Amino acid sequence: MIRRLLPLSGLLAFALLLEVVPYTGVVSAVYLPPLHRIAGALGQEFGRDAFWTALLDTLRTWLTGLAIAVGAGVVVGVVVGSVPLLRAATASTVEFLRPIPSVALIPLAVLLYGTGRTATLLLVVYASFWQVLVQVLQGVTDVDPVARDTARSYGLGRLARIRWLVWPTTLPYAVTGVRLAAAVALILTVTGELVIGTPGLGKEIALAQSGGAVAQMYALIVVTGLVGVVANVVTRDAEKRVLAWHPAFRKEAAA
Amino acid sequence: MTILRRTALVFGLPSVLFAAWWVFSAGSVDFYRPPLSSILAAFAETWFGSRIRDDVLPSLLRLAAGYSLALVLGIGLGVLIGLSPRLRIAVEPVLEFLRAIPPPVLVPILILFAGIGDLMKVLVVVSGCVWPILLNTVEGVRAIDPVLADTCKAYGIRGADRLRHLVLRSASPQIVTGARQALSVGIILMVISEMFAASSGLGFTVVQFQRGFQIPEMWSGVLLLGLLGVLLSGLFRLVERRVLAWYHGQR
Repeated sequence: MIRRLLPLSGLLAFALLLEVVPYTGVVSAVYLPPLHRIAGALGQEFGRDAFWTALLDTLRTWLTGLAIAVGAGVVVGVVVGSVPLLRAATASTVEFLRPIPSVALIPLAVLLYGTGRTATLLLVVYASFWQVLVQVLQGVTDVDPVARDTARSYGLGRLARIRWLVWPTTLPYAVTGVRLAAAVALILTVTGELVIGTPGLGKEIALAQSGGAVAQMYALIVVTGLVGVVANVVTRDAEKRVLAWHPAFRKEAAA
Repeated sequence: MTILRRTALVFGLPSVLFAAWWVFSAGSVDFYRPPLSSILAAFAETWFGSRIRDDVLPSLLRLAAGYSLALVLGIGLGVLIGLSPRLRIAVEPVLEFLRAIPPPVLVPILILFAGIGDLMKVLVVVSGCVWPILLNTVEGVRAIDPVLADTCKAYGIRGADRLRHLVLRSASPQIVTGARQALSVGIILMVISEMFAASSGLGFTVVQFQRGFQIPEMWSGVLLLGLLGVLLSGLFRLVERRVLAWYHGQR
């Protein structure tokens, strides 16, 4: 019973802290409005059409970017990973391009694509592509040598080997990559909206900030946090579902 | 594999790509995509002067300050939370929420509290870097090998010795993973914090070039940011190899 209540009490304590701190004068209530005013602003947001449009815009940019990055990452990863020569030749290039911070591309994206969705998409895809690619590359090389020899002696063709051997081995890695990419893609989506001005929650936050609507700004930030939580929960759940057959997850379910 | 072959593999594709960029952009008259030669010329001119001291160094110092602060905070709190199952269960939902907030949206809040000076920029870096470190430390501390923990108990090892030799040691691979994630987040936030409100710094300068349509200079700034990212992650790998030498040797 206590174990059930503990997480709840943590949340309550956090909420209480947010409500009480502004009254103590430690921080100005102008900068950190008490929780009930943030909640009120959140309620108002729910009534605004512009808010829902912004939320949908954010979700659309995020999911589009994620889909492109995952598709490209998986295809490139499987192709490059299954040809040893190709893998060796591209390793240094991948290692070089991957750590380039995607925000370095912001000025470029603005110049080439203006403030539209494409500019933000460029950032999102660049940042999340590497997450998927690196994981898939690692997964493809992880094929069990015994299983590979078995497949070969049974005379499986190239496509059949990819389908029945490489893909199941890679899947756990790919799913991890997708989970990481989803989080990174959301960060870059909101960043693009905030800095470049692509329509979405980030732009609404920037507008609220420059308009001095502090409570509204906090409310919108809470919304981005909630979107992030939902994304984490959904990807973790999907991971469990997709990998239900995997020994690591079977063990967890049995325990 | 001979050394020659290995060098060819490492440098082959990058030099091909570089040469292709050079050749295909050589005759470029497109205002937005200047030839690589003029970008490189602008690179030397732009960054090898007083800008290193005025823009690059302050950025790196702010990043270093924020990153170290996040390390101290993240590891300290992480050990505390990881060692107490009750505390962990209680704060878990709050941490999940705080972690899920995309760090750049905290910039407007931090501007309210800390103005637009160095403090704000350091705090932005801290606010983003602390979560990966904190959560990984918690996980690492949780996953201490029970046999080792019991051995410590049996030998009466406690207090600072236990913390240093058991808790931090066994959590360190996971902490390093968190620190690596935090570094790439930190670089991003360093740049972003300077794009909002600043009078110096890399992010500020690059955006300034973009707004002033100094295109080759802007491209050179993008190159510099990329190089910095590569350099810092290389540096991190060196440090990691030292810190975790015992761990990699074990495996």
